[in-house]
Amino acid sequence: MKTSRFTVWLPYLWLLIFFLAPFALVLKLSLSEPAIAIPPYNPVLTWEEGIAGWWVDLKRLSFENYRFITEDSLYWKSYLSSVWIATVSTLLTLAIGFPLAYGMARAPRAMRPVLLMLVILPFWTSFLIRVYAWIGILKKEGLLNQFLLWAGLIDQPLTILNTDVAVYIGIVYSYLPFMVLPLYANLEKQDATLLEAAADLGCTPFRAFWTVTWPLALPGVLAGCFLVFIPAVGEFVIPALLGGSDTLMIGQTLYDEFFKNRDWPVSSTVAVILLAILIIPIVIFQRLQQREAGA
Amino acid sequence: MKGVASFRRDFEPWNDGSARPFIQFDNLTKRYGAVTAVDRLSLDIYEREFFALLGPSGCGKTTLMRVLAGFEEASEGAVYLEGEDLAGRPPYRRPVNMMFQSYALFPHMDVAKNIAFGLKQDGMGKGEITDRVAEMLTLVKMEGFATRKPDQLSGGQRQRVALARSLAKQPRLLLLDEPLGALDRKLREETQFELVDLQERLGITFMIVTHDQEEAMTMADRIAVMDVGQIVQVAPPAEIYERPASRYVADFLGDMNFLPTTITSTKGDLATMEGEDGTVLKALNPHQATIGRNAWFAARPEKFRISRNRPVAACNVLQGEVWDIAYLGDLTIYKVRLGDGTFIKASQLNRDVMADDPITWEEQVWLHADPQTALVLPA
Repeated sequence: MKTSRFTVWLPYLWLLIFFLAPFALVLKLSLSEPAIAIPPYNPVLTWEEGIAGWWVDLKRLSFENYRFITEDSLYWKSYLSSVWIATVSTLLTLAIGFPLAYGMARAPRAMRPVLLMLVILPFWTSFLIRVYAWIGILKKEGLLNQFLLWAGLIDQPLTILNTDVAVYIGIVYSYLPFMVLPLYANLEKQDATLLEAAADLGCTPFRAFWTVTWPLALPGVLAGCFLVFIPAVGEFVIPALLGGSDTLMIGQTLYDEFFKNRDWPVSSTVAVILLAILIIPIVIFQRLQQREAGA
Repeated sequence: MKGVASFRRDFEPWNDGSARPFIQFDNLTKRYGAVTAVDRLSLDIYEREFFALLGPSGCGKTTLMRVLAGFEEASEGAVYLEGEDLAGRPPYRRPVNMMFQSYALFPHMDVAKNIAFGLKQDGMGKGEITDRVAEMLTLVKMEGFATRKPDQLSGGQRQRVALARSLAKQPRLLLLDEPLGALDRKLREETQFELVDLQERLGITFMIVTHDQEEAMTMADRIAVMDVGQIVQVAPPAEIYERPASRYVADFLGDMNFLPTTITSTKGDLATMEGEDGTVLKALNPHQATIGRNAWFAARPEKFRISRNRPVAACNVLQGEVWDIAYLGDLTIYKVRLGDGTFIKASQLNRDVMADDPITWEEQVWLHADPQTALVLPA
């Protein structure tokens, strides 16, 4: 009995130590004032005066940072741009990932583990190195331009690197497996006789796809989209390496605030708001999953 | 219902030389790689027939049905529907509907939408669809279930919805793939009669695939027994039961006792033969086995009469010891061990309740079957 109760609490304990506690620190930071010091802020909520002192401290809590973020257009533009880039990349990933997963699910049974392996294979190399590799492909004298010039499709090298296009390519490439895997899991277990039944009732293969396969694949589509969208919004490495100076993403803004401006309280505020924005799709996703499980 | 019954009584288009077959399998072969699932099979099925394809799993019966529905392309030969070659016609352009063994109901649609699915594909008007769906729900007695999802239905209810969906488009031919396989025994028996009743009322040709002989016997006008891609016999249930064409058919439908014999003489439609221990046996000889040939003496358990005294008969008299008794309520089956060690199953109808002095284990008994009820089957 005791062990089972312990196993129930174990994940909560994990969350408490590795998520809630750090988050509390970040939240506290976001409510304090910057200062030229080490660490670079005036701490609020100290232990020095005990519980009684907390009351005084609480009154000193400042929402100044939050007000500041709503005033400076850089921040909300960064958020908006991040959400936009993540949305477009998610849709592109879906457009590429769905046919891929569909093909895998329809492949001969013996081939499927091999194909699945190929999808997972990129994870065996460091994410950072793979993104770096794209620089070599996309830069002006890179592999892609060389190939296109050689094939005679273009006569001037294309500028792809350091643009939003490169960021899209990077995100789609990096997050494709997160789209393909849930879609494959869904499509693979779909009953093929349903399509036969649809055909038997007078449905062309094209219509059968939209009336049977697609609606049944929706849970997989949603799972894949959230798995791509949520990390893509906060993505830092890809825009840093592939994006240009005008590529605005919140991950980078946060990085600059923290390391370049050394404004820990404001960067913490940025992080807290980002979390708040992402919690909305996460909650939607969880609700859908629960409905799926309950049905 | 009287009209229907009389229709059924005279319904024998397969014996009418002028009747045009509705479906024709012409020398049909279907191969999957090296495996031949259907092997040069020819078969005629007539309009309004309730036709059963019966055979063990892997005999090719499902393949035959799938070729007809358009899910498989014939390797050789052709399938004709009212004289028209169906080759190359995709399933969504055939006037044929199928009820799947797994029912294949669309899990994301409610009952009404499932039934309406085929009608929508035909571009039928909304009001008309609503009417037809209601009609179909009444037909299968599922009026109150229009808004249920398939996973909120019991197995029997799902079976009804699948039936309604496959009938909604009023197909000329309905294919039923093991339609009652997933139902429990009681429900299966009820549904068998309902299906027959429905088929007679709607006047649609039914073709059913089953491995259950009882199901085929109860429902079908004619049964085709299949074995390794070929049809072994096509006949109405009574004929296939009483006059099986081979030992395989006799074994597959019901129980049959076999004794190895040699034909000693033939007279009219009867043949006399000698068992291995010299017993004189006499039986119908529909296959015209000739003198000197080895053949099976075949008789079904219920054709034997069991008694303690030697019956007064010149032939088909066997003696043995009661080895086992199975009391089934309506019947009692005696397993009798003959002198040479072979077993004969004999069943007796329990017309009397708790007979005073019933035949019991280890008793010496005599068995007798009328020559008219036994058969000579080719060895």
